[in-house]
Amino acid sequence: MHGLNGVSVSYGEEPVLRDVTLSIVEGEQLVIIGPSGAGKTTLLRKLYELNEEQATLVHQDYALVPQLSAFHNVYSGRLDQHPGWYNLLNLVRPRRREVAAIEPIFRDLGLADKLHARVSTLSGGQQQRVAVGRAVYRGCPLILADEPVSAVDPHQAGAVLQLIRSRASTAVLAMHDVQLALQYFARIVGLREGRIVFDRPAAEIDRQALVDLYGDESGAAGA
Amino acid sequence: MLRVSLGFLGVAVLCLALADIQITTLEPWEELGRIGSGFLTPDLAVLAGYGDAFLNTVTFAFCGLFLGVVGGCVLSLFFSFTAVRLLCAFLRSIHEIFWAFLFLPVVGLTPICGILAIGVPYMGVFGKVYAEIRQEADQSPLRGLPPGTGRLSLLAYAVLPLIWDDIKSYTSYRLECALRSSAVLGFIGLPTLGFHLETALREGHYTEAPALLYAFYLLIASLRYWVKPKFVVAYVIASFALVSTAVNLSLANVVRFVSYEILPWPMRRDGYYEGTGAVHFDAGAVWSWAVELAGSQVLPGMWNTLILTQIALVGTGIFALLAYVVVSRHFVGRTTTRLGGLALIVLRTTPEYILAYALLQLFGPSMLPAIIAIILHNGAILGHLTGQTADGIQLRQDAPRRRLDRYLFEVTPRLYSQFLAFLFYRWEIIMRESAMLGILGIHTLGFFVDSAITDDHLDVALFLIVASALLNMGIDTTSQRIRRRLRVTTGTVFTYDE
Repeated sequence: MHGLNGVSVSYGEEPVLRDVTLSIVEGEQLVIIGPSGAGKTTLLRKLYELNEEQATLVHQDYALVPQLSAFHNVYSGRLDQHPGWYNLLNLVRPRRREVAAIEPIFRDLGLADKLHARVSTLSGGQQQRVAVGRAVYRGCPLILADEPVSAVDPHQAGAVLQLIRSRASTAVLAMHDVQLALQYFARIVGLREGRIVFDRPAAEIDRQALVDLYGDESGAAGA
Repeated sequence: MLRVSLGFLGVAVLCLALADIQITTLEPWEELGRIGSGFLTPDLAVLAGYGDAFLNTVTFAFCGLFLGVVGGCVLSLFFSFTAVRLLCAFLRSIHEIFWAFLFLPVVGLTPICGILAIGVPYMGVFGKVYAEIRQEADQSPLRGLPPGTGRLSLLAYAVLPLIWDDIKSYTSYRLECALRSSAVLGFIGLPTLGFHLETALREGHYTEAPALLYAFYLLIASLRYWVKPKFVVAYVIASFALVSTAVNLSLANVVRFVSYEILPWPMRRDGYYEGTGAVHFDAGAVWSWAVELAGSQVLPGMWNTLILTQIALVGTGIFALLAYVVVSRHFVGRTTTRLGGLALIVLRTTPEYILAYALLQLFGPSMLPAIIAIILHNGAILGHLTGQTADGIQLRQDAPRRRLDRYLFEVTPRLYSQFLAFLFYRWEIIMRESAMLGILGIHTLGFFVDSAITDDHLDVALFLIVASALLNMGIDTTSQRIRRRLRVTTGTVFTYDE
């Protein structure tokens, strides 16, 4: 069980999360949606803090090293599992074994030809996919992802979400694309002003729920 | 900001009134004419005989730089400790020539002396700058790594790749400084270029000195063609191999230096006269020795150093504010900016010691040669940086057309705070140079250090050098305070350059 129980977080005077309770059963995959500033990022960070040993977080700003190759950035997800000298060796010259382990992830992400490209030469969407690749390669049972497909074009986004779904046993994502969320995930949590507004199966999300969540028609347009 | 500037200007004018400034040579213009014609008709043939001096200049620089980089890397890792920060400040507060004076009695006039004199202060410089580059780097990739990652892997995957380019360009810039330091060390007797320059200037061989200087400019200008990252390791190894043949380190000398020669004279006096070399400590005698020394040498030396520093600081600022005009696209055409840039680079490349020494031959002994030399050298660097800042400013389309209006009302006001930050960074550097230039005969701290070394009074020399280091660290702190109060920053770390 990974979850939150009555958690409140505030920065200065302003509360960001107010008494949030969320229970997540092993193997469950869910998406948090809600207007910007609702507290999605804070909620994911809180979940990460509570499960640091078994979780990995896909950062909204990717947190990649632009000077290194895509391969090395993905490899860095498992730095803790090798001795320092081995990592150093692999930095100077990628080991064949590591390349073989990482290549399939790049194929799934549609980046097979970018394996050894410098991250700084990749587009925003490609960089975001590398960040997802690192989290997936890390092999944690719980993947937390903050807007993992916000910069990826629509026909690639499905593949990325599919990869997360197949590689993580438990996954919590924050997304702003409601249509994609409904399409790929079974459980949807609506967050607004730091409070959970609804938490129900995707099939039960109707247009009215989304209008209530986003406060106007625009955010609900995807439904 | 204006009030601070005017305050500094006022102090400088006051110092100018107190300073010893005069032209004592009878025919300065005739002398200048001879130097001028020497620059037009350099005797390039003499260069053939100076191959060794060039090789020494380069090898000392490479070895010294290597030492500085290795030491600096280690120090930068622990820069968060106050003790390490202070150690770095102390190491770089002492001029290369003073370091050479300290190593001279221990290792003699050997390559080791030159290498240590460059390497030790550079450790302090690199320790600080590398640590600052690291602090300014993007920290977010660290968040992306697994929690249990080891220190080495962390450094290799999420720190070094981010700062590598900055480290590389700063270090290669420092190579130029190391070559300059290495050349100047010849003036105190080491077998580098400065040794022959000193001889040529002293003996009035005015066609020989320019030839040596031209060759030095060529050496600096050609760096980018032959110093490539992939060759550097080979150069460093070759340099160490070349100097290693001359290594002759006596441990007994080192022990004698630190455990006997630098002890205050009263502790050694009795043993010295009895011929036993015994040491005994008498707090009262040592105290009165220190007080006497402070009154007769340290305080007068500091006073003159500060006078020279304040005049040269303001002079540097004024020079730079005028000089940036000839390198900025807002005021002159492309041909002029190229020529102006070249002139500033030549001035920057000429070590201030050589400038001062040449001017001394012209004007005779007073503060004037040192003032002009420091202003030209530092003003050229600052003028170049200010010109770059100016070119970064985008003028509105209806900006004043007249250049004077543009200068006074548009460009200068916008770059002034950045300019001040650059200038205050140079304050401690100018002070270090002011102290050192005393070797040429003006009574700043360097004069007393030089006399003490000549008389073999190493205890006095060390006392004076430590005093100059403390003065320098004091100025460094004051400069940081003023910059913080005025809220001026330079933006990049590369403004530490000297």
